[in-house]
Amino acid sequence: MTERNAIEARNVVKAFGQGDSAVRALDDVSVEIREGEFFTLLGPSGCGKTTLLRLIAGFEMPTEGVILLDGQDITYLPPNRRPVNTVFQSYALFPHLTVAQNIAFGLEMQGKPAAEVRARTDEMLALVKLETMANRKTSQLSGGQQQRVALARALAPQPKVLLLDEPLSALDLKLRQAMQIELKRLQVETGITFVFVTHDQEEALTMSDRIGVMSNGKLQQVGTAKEIYTRPKNRFVASFIGETNFLTAEAEGGKVRLGSGDVVNFDAPAKGTVTLTVRPEQLRLGPADEAGAIAATISNLVYFGTDTHVHLELADKTELVARVQSPATGDAGFERGGKVGLRFAPGALQIVGD
Amino acid sequence: MSPAEEAQIKQSARNGWLLSLPAIVVLTIAASGPLLIILLYSFLEGGTHGNVVWSFSTEGWSSILWTKDIFTDSYVWADAHLAIFWRSVKLSLMTTLITFVVGFPTAWFIATRPPKARAFWLFLITIPFWTNLLIRTYAINEVIRVEGVLNLALMQLGIIAEPLRLIYTDTAIFIGMAYVYLPLMVLPLFAAIDRFDMRLLEASYDLYASRWHILRKVILPIVKPGIIAGSILVFVPSLGAYVTPRVLGGGKQMMIGNLIELQFGQGKNWPLGAALSLTLLLIVTVALLYYVRVANGEKKHG
Amino acid sequence: MAKSSFQVARLPGFSTVALLAFLALYVPILTLVVYSFNSETTMGNWGEFSWKWYERAWDNQAVKDATLRSLIIASFAAVFSTALATMAALGTTRRRSFKGQTFIYVMINQPLMVPEIVTAVALMILFGLIKTITGVHGLGYLILAHTAFCIPFAYLPIRARLEGMDLTLETAAADLYASPWATFRRVTLPILMPGVIAGLMLAFVVSLDDVVITEFVKSAGQDTLPTYMLGQMRRQLTPEINAISTGLLVITVVLLTAFFLLTRKKD
Repeated sequence: MTERNAIEARNVVKAFGQGDSAVRALDDVSVEIREGEFFTLLGPSGCGKTTLLRLIAGFEMPTEGVILLDGQDITYLPPNRRPVNTVFQSYALFPHLTVAQNIAFGLEMQGKPAAEVRARTDEMLALVKLETMANRKTSQLSGGQQQRVALARALAPQPKVLLLDEPLSALDLKLRQAMQIELKRLQVETGITFVFVTHDQEEALTMSDRIGVMSNGKLQQVGTAKEIYTRPKNRFVASFIGETNFLTAEAEGGKVRLGSGDVVNFDAPAKGTVTLTVRPEQLRLGPADEAGAIAATISNLVYFGTDTHVHLELADKTELVARVQSPATGDAGFERGGKVGLRFAPGALQIVGD
Repeated sequence: MSPAEEAQIKQSARNGWLLSLPAIVVLTIAASGPLLIILLYSFLEGGTHGNVVWSFSTEGWSSILWTKDIFTDSYVWADAHLAIFWRSVKLSLMTTLITFVVGFPTAWFIATRPPKARAFWLFLITIPFWTNLLIRTYAINEVIRVEGVLNLALMQLGIIAEPLRLIYTDTAIFIGMAYVYLPLMVLPLFAAIDRFDMRLLEASYDLYASRWHILRKVILPIVKPGIIAGSILVFVPSLGAYVTPRVLGGGKQMMIGNLIELQFGQGKNWPLGAALSLTLLLIVTVALLYYVRVANGEKKHG
Repeated sequence: MAKSSFQVARLPGFSTVALLAFLALYVPILTLVVYSFNSETTMGNWGEFSWKWYERAWDNQAVKDATLRSLIIASFAAVFSTALATMAALGTTRRRSFKGQTFIYVMINQPLMVPEIVTAVALMILFGLIKTITGVHGLGYLILAHTAFCIPFAYLPIRARLEGMDLTLETAAADLYASPWATFRRVTLPILMPGVIAGLMLAFVVSLDDVVITEFVKSAGQDTLPTYMLGQMRRQLTPEINAISTGLLVITVVLLTAFFLLTRKKD
């Protein structure tokens, strides 16, 4: 991985429709995607992630802003002249061509000599382990196999950047997990920059070097998986990735006072009302009479197998969820209506913006 | 919107037009454009041996309704024309009605078959649909003419002693049109019934409806667009029918189509023929506009 | 005793009416076919099975000429109208709706809406004028007229095919360095082909079947098979007409079967 940028979007705006009914799918988005990295655009449907991908591919043009590839302005270059390939959500395999013909398509269009096309196609078939399927029609393949053909087809012309538009969403859970590992392997082996679009946080967390979280046409935060999970910038990022609790508190110099009146040590930079977030697994439960612990009542228990979600209620009716590992005996000793003492793991509390 | 986007949209619209243009040109020359010529001819004076004389006249239009009596020089109602108009409208409405009465159960029958059998029955209805109209008219002629199979069979069975003289009557034309236009009614009805959600029937029975209630209150209202489409598809060509009344009416029982032909043939009254053509076109247009309005209304509610 | 379960979709009497309707549709056609093999001239007496009327039709120079003319006109009209309809279908589908699109739809479907007799009369007048002025009487007029009214029939299956086509396939082709022309040649056209062939066949059948417009537009000695038959029907009817009809019927059924098989694959 180098520090050069493969893709750079500067102040990109994309509006659909005209006048008052116009919708801003992308609202002043700037992002830098480094050469050789696995970059994921993560967000709920309608957040603008696919639109950004289509602008990079050249299927659509931005209303404002510039898109650079290797430092070159490609904003208005048609898709067939961009060294960028896409793996489509629906795969978009050509139904009238065989597997091998699908993979060879881009190479032929580039005018590569027949021998090279053949060699490269074979190489790609081997890479995705579909050598025996070369002469099948794509309609005869399973979902996972179609997925691999789509990958091979997009990788065959050795693009500078590979764009993947929710490519795993049509697969069942097991296949999806296998393909996640496969994708990461292909990315490492080929060294090509991957830009991956998904609404699935698990996919994003497991595969990406860096993640860009989007919502409402805006890029909310860019960072590594760890950064985004542990240091969410705002309420949206905190709640979209993983589960979390929110608390409203008054910061007063090295301490915060919760709504319940309990005071917790916390080095807040600001004074006044703040929103705090804390992950369920960072809550520690102990005996109700423990010194320094916050008094809480168990309002509900939900058993998940590996762990149990303990729903808590503080003195001021603030609700929190704690995740507790289920012990081997299966019974953690909690019961509905029981009283417990609550502590936060060190460094677990985070201030988030709105 | 950026200039590049606007240019793209303009380009797309221009391509749409350019690609459609050759078809539009051919259709203008050989389908729509010539209609203007009829309009022109309807306002010209008729020539003695057919064709027209290039001077303005409304005689073509007025002679649809009135004819000049040569002896008294007064205008009298053109009874023959009115009779032909009346026959055309009457037979077309009757044809539409009978094809619906027969076609609806037929379409229902096809739509409720299992998928494989349905394809077979549908194919059986499509063959007559695409078979030459003249051949089908001739086929019905084989059945109902004086020495036709119908008479042969009835006399053989001793039901009648003398052959029925059906041919060259209004009844013959009616039977012929019902026969040739039945598939035009069945196909749109089938399309509508095919989209009908049969679970609605279960829901209706569950809510204590009888079969008769279901037909009237559930099925017919929902498949109404198909009924209207089928009716238009039968009514419009019936009104303009030419081949069927010519073969089965034997030149005696004319419909508008035959009256129009007559003006360009033996009648040698081209302006009248042109005016009659436009009248026919007008009636058809009104029927089509009514259809569009009802169809759009359905869309808004549904 | 096994009771049949309650059938929700059953409406009393409907099946009976339907089966009678099919019977009514096919009895006349079958009568026509059967009597084409009757060695006698009248329906009253059935002689024996014979190919006599087919042989007579085959030896009839007028029938041969009319058949050839019908096939020539139908071939040209089918090819021309399908080419035009394909372009128009490409122009009117799968793009942002544009100004004038409704006008294009109306124009294309206009032959389906205007009564044939009206178009026939209009064309007779227009082409009559052109014939008088230029002195040219060729099959061209008939081919042009047939091309026009075949366009909506060819347009229908092609448009349906285009609308059912996955738009991302073309996007994918562009993504894989195909120019717009290469995308059309290598992706759009091959996928569109079944629709084009279906359109071609429908247009061919429609042209082959036309009576009214041909009857009015043709010059002397330009009879097609249907107008020849119409002319014969004024005279004494012989089973020769049955034989010719049966021949046309067979062509229609063969083409339709092919059409069905071709369009069924899609699902």
